[in-house]
Amino acid sequence: MNFLAYLRSVSSKFLHHSRTAGEMEDELCSHVQLRADDLESTGMSRAEAERRARIEFGGFERYREESHHALGGSFIETLLNDVRISYRKLRKSPGFTLVASLTLALAIGANAVVFAVLNGLILRPINVPRPASLYGLERGSYKAVNHSYPDYLDFRNRNRTFEDLAAYNLTSVGLDTGSGDPVGSWIMETTPNYFDALGIQPYLGRLFHASDDHGPNSVPYIVLTHAFWHSHFHDDPGVVGRVVQLNKHPFTILGVAPPDFRGTILFVFPDFWVPLTNQEQVEGVYDLNERGKRNLLMVFGHLKPGVTPAQAVADLNSVGAYLEANYPKDDSQMYFTLTRPGLAGDWFGGPLRQFLSGLMLLAGLILLAACANLGNLFAARAADRSREISLRLALGSSRLRVVRTLFTEALMISALGAVVGLWGSIVILRGLSTWQPLPTAPLTIPISPDAKVYFFALLLALASGLVFGAVPAMQTFRTNPYELVKSSSGYRTGRRMTVREVLLVVQIAICAVLVTSSFVAVRGLVRSLHANLGFEPRNAMLVETALSMAGYSGDAVPAMQKRMIDTLQAIPGVQSVGLVDRLPLYYGANYTNIFSDKTSDVRPSNVAARPTMYLISPEYFQAADTSLLSGRAFTWHDDTSAPRVAVINRQLARKIFGSVSAALGGYFKLENVTRVQVVGIVEDGKYETLAEEPRAAMFLPILQSPSTQTALVIRSERDQQEIAAAIKRTVTGLDSGLPITLRSWNQELESALFASRMATLSLGVLGTLGAMLAVTGIFGMAAYSVSKRLREFGIRVALGAKRAELLHTAMGRALKLLAFGSAAGLFLGILATKVLAYIVYQATPNDPMVLGGAVLAMSLLGLLATWIPARRALNVDPNLLLREE
Amino acid sequence: MTDQAQLLPGTLDLLILRAVSLGPLHGYGILLRIGQISGNALLIEQGALYPGLFRLVRQGLLKASWGTSENNRKAKYYELTAAGRKRLQQETDNWNRLANAIRTALSAEPEEA
Repeated sequence: MNFLAYLRSVSSKFLHHSRTAGEMEDELCSHVQLRADDLESTGMSRAEAERRARIEFGGFERYREESHHALGGSFIETLLNDVRISYRKLRKSPGFTLVASLTLALAIGANAVVFAVLNGLILRPINVPRPASLYGLERGSYKAVNHSYPDYLDFRNRNRTFEDLAAYNLTSVGLDTGSGDPVGSWIMETTPNYFDALGIQPYLGRLFHASDDHGPNSVPYIVLTHAFWHSHFHDDPGVVGRVVQLNKHPFTILGVAPPDFRGTILFVFPDFWVPLTNQEQVEGVYDLNERGKRNLLMVFGHLKPGVTPAQAVADLNSVGAYLEANYPKDDSQMYFTLTRPGLAGDWFGGPLRQFLSGLMLLAGLILLAACANLGNLFAARAADRSREISLRLALGSSRLRVVRTLFTEALMISALGAVVGLWGSIVILRGLSTWQPLPTAPLTIPISPDAKVYFFALLLALASGLVFGAVPAMQTFRTNPYELVKSSSGYRTGRRMTVREVLLVVQIAICAVLVTSSFVAVRGLVRSLHANLGFEPRNAMLVETALSMAGYSGDAVPAMQKRMIDTLQAIPGVQSVGLVDRLPLYYGANYTNIFSDKTSDVRPSNVAARPTMYLISPEYFQAADTSLLSGRAFTWHDDTSAPRVAVINRQLARKIFGSVSAALGGYFKLENVTRVQVVGIVEDGKYETLAEEPRAAMFLPILQSPSTQTALVIRSERDQQEIAAAIKRTVTGLDSGLPITLRSWNQELESALFASRMATLSLGVLGTLGAMLAVTGIFGMAAYSVSKRLREFGIRVALGAKRAELLHTAMGRALKLLAFGSAAGLFLGILATKVLAYIVYQATPNDPMVLGGAVLAMSLLGLLATWIPARRALNVDPNLLLREE
Repeated sequence: MTDQAQLLPGTLDLLILRAVSLGPLHGYGILLRIGQISGNALLIEQGALYPGLFRLVRQGLLKASWGTSENNRKAKYYELTAAGRKRLQQETDNWNRLANAIRTALSAEPEEA
């Protein structure tokens, strides 16, 4: 109530202290004084004279009010007056006020949160000058956003529609600022023209430019983000010109980017930018001259002024046709679409957009349900007050004026709800924006509630206030004062009730949609926890490191990897240690094209399969607990001097050989025309996402295909903390300069489960909100109708009605509405889960658990909501009731 | 007091205009003037004067300014504007026509009806 009290004090201040009002009061007082002077001169004492003068003046307050009106009772004043009246009425029923504003606060709060996320990720472009003309390139039917560097150069040099094209890649490096202890940092490797293509100006120092590029490793410069400069260099302007070590190579800090520019991908904030030109120093390999290596994450640029996206696409397609004709071995599907660059293309942005839009829709439905609910409450209240209202109408109050007070009341509730809801959502959003959902990746949720969010909440509050205020207002317009004053406030069934019933059915249906979809999401999450991953995350620890960060290259890499495996294997209690270049279910996967043995022409159109590819050590399957279906795993003799071999999964075996048995011993070709023999077949697993269909996968021995990316899987039954400490000691003992991350495989899987967890959480919250609204809605209606019909029930009881009959009369209608609404909602919910299938593992509503759960939940809600009114109807005491009125 | 007449609705404005037309007056002065020119025959509650005064100011028929009363109190003085003077003339004519008509009607002999 504090807010209302505050409002009142503001309003009274306004009334008493505004200039005209003050002057007017002075004048009235002066009148009384003048009159008192006259009376005093007739021989009265001063005190008596003043008293008489005041009496003769008449009702001071009344004339003050009337004078206000005469002065032109402004809109604000009447409004404040209405506010005062409404405040008094609301204060008289604190329970109603509390329930109504809390309902709305929850609904508006939920909407504000969802909208803020939507706003941060989708509506708001990345923070660069002229964002409207900035586009990223997507290639082919997969809408791939990754391109190779030679292709990029051709796009850049041959197009005629872009001002400039820049590209970037995300990677991590070991940064040593002089302490000798490298720290892993997430960076953007960019083409040197990156900042110029975007039009970014330095905050401090300078940025690198295309003119700095004089061939590989010629641009040893980095540019810091403002945030990283703040957190790691304490805003020291002296950092410009300082030399730091990246993976043991010296780089000079050129400058600092402006604070509001945090890179060209919305949900990953890098620490600094490094020129792609120095790829060899940063990544340990140089493959910018290979047209088939599509390792640029995104190519983007501003369209020239006046160029439409369609013209740009046509232009790019002609470049693509040229590339396909000249490089048939490497380039296919060279046709393009344009995308907004902030969300790393449509493969990620698409489902996200769909999910967030779906969430926004659900949140909107929640608000609608809340409005239906409040409309019902207000209508019931207005019906109870119909005598008062019709008296006011009969006494000459204008309908407009009555309606205005009703609306003021509704709007006050909605304002109160909006303030509370917005406050709550700001707290949640603050938490979300500082939240780092995944410990292993620089993933952030770029949301800060801005003016757009506040405006949105305000708009919602206003709209919902008008919507649920309209229900009782409509009733008032239909009121015939003479009718109502004559009759008593009896319960009548009529058209008015059906409007309310429709509202209630809509609301129950909305609630059922939410309940169904949150059940589907929860079910999917539970299933995905029990899905066959193709590996066993329990009792497995992971050590991740990039050997390139510590300066290893060439032959030193496999030697170091072997040494790590052997020493870790020697830790007591360790059962097996396996190495893999990239963990499954960890931010995507590597793909490669393979060809059938008969193909001699390895061009993209002849691809036999495109499996995910893992480079592993011999013991990996054992350490990961991946079961071998037939054949053998690798040995340490499968090295460069031995014939090339591979292990494939069941899906790939079926795909290129027809069956598991046919695959064993068979041959296929890699992109570089190497013949590879299949020596083993393993079970299928999950590789990129939990929700994926069975995918083809291929494993190659690390000795035949070396990689500096190193993830070690250490299987041990020993206590996690003990083994972790032992692993840490061992690795540091091998090379103290090697930056590692150490965690259990289950922790690592958080990233894979993140999307479905978030989906489940948000749907669960919305579902709970929906359920609460349905309960209060049904309760409100049942309680109201019972209270109106208590007399009738009394008569029925007096005439000998049985409890069951009574219950049927009292609750039958509410339950019928519940059943009707639930059925409609369930049906809609089943349709809605199609969207969920993108995120949630096996999201299908054709699941007895889901359907049964939803039906059960709705019945329980109905029971809960009608329990109290039903008891009240049953406990009717006819004597007591018939005596009333 | 009992022989004082209640004001007809709308006539207070006319009386105020008439009172002020004789020279600038403050609110209390207007009441005294009305009492004086009507021979104290009209019952006006003192406070009721002010909503009327403010209405007339808002319509631009009166203008007001702060001044000092004869016994040295701060008071607001009202005087007619040009529009007010015109309105007084119109209203007076209207009233006279109406009063004449009513008087004629009331004094008519039954046979002539």
